[in-house]
Amino acid sequence: MNLPLRIAGLVVEAGGRRVLDGIDLEIATRGITAVIGPNGAGKSTLLRALDGLVAPSAGRIGHGRDGAGPPPRRAFVFQRTALLRASVARNVALALEAEAVPAAEARARVAHALARVGLADRAQDAARRLSGGEQQRVAFARAWARAPELLLLDEPTASLDPATTEEIERLVVALRDAGTKILLVSHNLGQVGRLAEDVVVLAAGRVAEHGPVGTVFRRPATQAARAYLQGELPWQSFDASS
Amino acid sequence: MLATLSEAIALLSSLDPSVAGIAALSLRVSLAATAIGCAIGIPAGAFLAIARFPGRGAAIVALNALMGLPAVVVGLVIYLALSRSGPLGHLGLLFTPAAMVAAQAVLVTPLVAALSRQIVEDADAELGEQLRSLGLSAWRRVRALLLDVRFSLAVAVLAAFGRAIAEVGAVLVVGGNIAGHTRTMTTAISLETQKGDLALALALGIVLLGLVLVVNAAAAALRAHALRRHG
Repeated sequence: MNLPLRIAGLVVEAGGRRVLDGIDLEIATRGITAVIGPNGAGKSTLLRALDGLVAPSAGRIGHGRDGAGPPPRRAFVFQRTALLRASVARNVALALEAEAVPAAEARARVAHALARVGLADRAQDAARRLSGGEQQRVAFARAWARAPELLLLDEPTASLDPATTEEIERLVVALRDAGTKILLVSHNLGQVGRLAEDVVVLAAGRVAEHGPVGTVFRRPATQAARAYLQGELPWQSFDASS
Repeated sequence: MLATLSEAIALLSSLDPSVAGIAALSLRVSLAATAIGCAIGIPAGAFLAIARFPGRGAAIVALNALMGLPAVVVGLVIYLALSRSGPLGHLGLLFTPAAMVAAQAVLVTPLVAALSRQIVEDADAELGEQLRSLGLSAWRRVRALLLDVRFSLAVAVLAAFGRAIAEVGAVLVVGGNIAGHTRTMTTAISLETQKGDLALALALGIVLLGLVLVVNAAAAALRAHALRRHG
């Protein structure tokens, strides 16, 4: 297992601005860790850095107990599902293209993943013709097919109705129960309370607070976390160090 | 003008069978050039869309500029290459349909590449991060993006075909407008206009426009069907 994640002094810059400004975090091996904070706090950038999509300008991300292991096998589900104009099955199979998976095994893994998200009978349908919720389930099937050790979820239910959100949350729980470590970025605090064991509050590119959900929600220790949780306007508050 | 037009329409019903041969050669040459242009231009444009290297911006500007290649200049360069004393003179291709295909392919390849580059780059902005996240190599990402934009690429293919079939300068220089051998619709129109047979030139022009219209209508129907199917 190439977890936990040990993040030390992580800095990511974009357009001359420090989007992540020295992140120090240890992300546990199991369960669901939520990442919350106002827009622009660096939540999505943190997930992208963990997935290797953006290069840090300083700091390091260590994997495993000694921090020296290889990166865990990952999958990323984005807020906006990025599906090709192709069949559902073809979109899920894309997840296995980077691995040298024999064709028969790939077909079986795609079928299994589609069954897990309840789309077994839609395999040959055009992915872009599905509803928003079904498209997000295709994205989860794509993640599932990779059998990830670490699943990065960037607001996966942001544009979905409550019933579809519940379906997606069930999938998240099923993936967690299958042993996948999940990092969930969400603005839905109810969802964070339902799903996550611990929560990281980011503010202005820094970790304002990290602890068990119940503790952070009930007794936020920093002004930044309090401000976010109480719905204060971000430009009226925020001193991440307080 | 109206008299010439009505004479041209009258001629259409009694066109010489050789016109069919000229139209067929025009189609054959332009379709072959378009196929070559797509085979080279689409992958080249797609790689330029996702590749990051020093000078990429200049390469894109140069490629876009090449869309405006003057046809007669291309014809002249191909003529020099294929002429007896040229580097490819031993192939004996000058004044053959193959030379015309080569000239038109040179003309349309930058057009296909530039349009493909833009189409694939737009798709990459939407899908690229997900594809990189899946750990796909550049080659696999290009393949996935081309799969996604295949219906949009029809525009690039049609633009290439349109430029090829409407082109006269390059095919005239390297083909020579030899009756029954390298005479195309455009070179025939040019010749008849110079001879003063405007009605015949116009009749040929109407046939040419009809061909272009049929090809575009067929492509549009296919694209609409595919979009309905795949979204």
